[in-house]
Amino acid sequence: MEKLYEILKSLHPDVDFTAEEDLIGKGILDSFDIVTLITEINSAYDVSIPAEEILPENFRSAAAIHALITRLDEA
Amino acid sequence: MQFNSIPFLLLLTAALVLYYCLPLRRRWYVLLGASYLYYLAAGAEYLVFILYTTAVSYLTGLWLGRRAMRDATALAAAGELPREERRARQAKDRRARFRILVGGLVLGFGMLAVLKYTGFVLSGVQAFVPTLRIPELLLPLGISFYTFQSMGYLIDVYRGKAQPERNPFRFALFVSYFPQILQGPISRFGDLEPQLFGEHRFQGERFRAGLARVVWGYFKKMVVADTAMIAVRTLVEQELTGAYVVLLILLYSAVIYGDFTGGIDITIGVSELFGVRLKENFDRPFASRSVKEYWRRWHITMGTWFTDYVFYPLSVCGPMQRLSKWSRAHLGAALGKRLPVYIATIVTWFLTGLWHGAGWNFIVWGLLNCLCIQVSQELQPLWRRWQAAAPRLCASRIWGCWQALRTFLLMGLIRSLDCYRNVPLTFRLWGSILTDFNWGQMLGDLTGLGLTPADWGVLAAGVLVQFAASLLGKREPLRERLSRRPVLLCACLTLGVIVILLFGSYGIGYDAGDFIYGQF
Repeated sequence: MEKLYEILKSLHPDVDFTAEEDLIGKGILDSFDIVTLITEINSAYDVSIPAEEILPENFRSAAAIHALITRLDEA
Repeated sequence: MQFNSIPFLLLLTAALVLYYCLPLRRRWYVLLGASYLYYLAAGAEYLVFILYTTAVSYLTGLWLGRRAMRDATALAAAGELPREERRARQAKDRRARFRILVGGLVLGFGMLAVLKYTGFVLSGVQAFVPTLRIPELLLPLGISFYTFQSMGYLIDVYRGKAQPERNPFRFALFVSYFPQILQGPISRFGDLEPQLFGEHRFQGERFRAGLARVVWGYFKKMVVADTAMIAVRTLVEQELTGAYVVLLILLYSAVIYGDFTGGIDITIGVSELFGVRLKENFDRPFASRSVKEYWRRWHITMGTWFTDYVFYPLSVCGPMQRLSKWSRAHLGAALGKRLPVYIATIVTWFLTGLWHGAGWNFIVWGLLNCLCIQVSQELQPLWRRWQAAAPRLCASRIWGCWQALRTFLLMGLIRSLDCYRNVPLTFRLWGSILTDFNWGQMLGDLTGLGLTPADWGVLAAGVLVQFAASLLGKREPLRERLSRRPVLLCACLTLGVIVILLFGSYGIGYDAGDFIYGQF
């Protein structure tokens, strides 16, 4: 999880990702961020987030993103 | 066979009677029969193309499904494998399935590309080789819609989001379902399949609501769109400048709104008569406050198709991820993270333009939409600062109206590329808005555009009725509110029919013209 926080912080240093629960709804993560995030996550976690997983519910919070990574890792 | 033609109404009536006479589980046979009859009426020669697309997507879907099952069984039989080995095996299997998918997509889109774009490509080549002969190819009815719907199905099967359909006749109905084949919505298999094959009992309330929606669609098309189209044709043919271009932008907005949303109302309403619920394709698009929002609310199913099947896959594909890393390392974080999304957005909008038509007008139309969205995205920080500086103004209704008006005019301007014969002419006419101040002449010349004062009155009243319906439906769609009041619904329905009969464009000698999106 720490690794994920680091990646997210590198995108938006001013956001408290441990508390934020609506990253998409509030416009904190836009399409540019999502694509960068996926590239970083794929590289850091050795997973491959496919296009069909780009859904608001998978990116709405750090916990949701982490759950997605775990799910893909265990697949 | 147009929606606003007697043969269509006869086919619909016969299909409805038969549909509700058959046992519940066999009712979809009627939909399949009616769909093929509808398609056959457009021309027997078109049948081969829809059969080809159906066969290609059906067989490829089956192949993908079988291959996925075989891969899963083999992986399970291999027992507990080391993580790396399991990953490598999954990746290999996925690549094999991807090759099958690509084969299906090439065959499916290949036919669309040959039929729709050969003339456009060869006309470009002809500029260098004047002796080149351009063959005249058929463009089957609704080919862009059924091809996209079928190819979307294949991608969903590949992704495991849809199970492959084993019954070829059921699949044929998914591809050819007649209310939507002409102009969408572009349905997903997972959404449409349970609707088409569900057991729909006759429900009076739902039937009445469907009927009201059909009448509302005819009103938009025949009273508003077809009337405005008469003046649009004159303005386009005479290439009138200045204030006339502004008039064209306004009138063509009325045309495209009435024509396309009206067509979709008819489609969804007709489906409701059979108990089949389709996805909504519009959400009060002219109330959008930005171009991005507009595209979330206009032709929704096409927008989500391109987002899900083109934009996101392209944005996160392997080469794009490598480009993302490289660009962030060499061009800086800000530009680096933007570059892949820029490229994916440009490609997506280029293809969206091309989907609408084989011509530079459509390509430029797509790219201008892309430009507006990108510029708006880049101006976001500035916009946030403005919001912080004037929070009360930005939250006011007046500001919201100004944003909606600005978006409406901008989209109308870009949309006028549909009308004029080429891009340079369109740009020249846009420029004339700033140079030819002929407003007085234009206002005095309104009856010279093919419409009588009474026609203008009908058109203005029709636009106002649509506007009022849109406002009233802001919180809850008007149809939902009316469906709770059957007497009022019946009154509206009757009134709608009378208005269409009195003021609609139809009859002997009248060429209603096709639905605009039916030509895409």
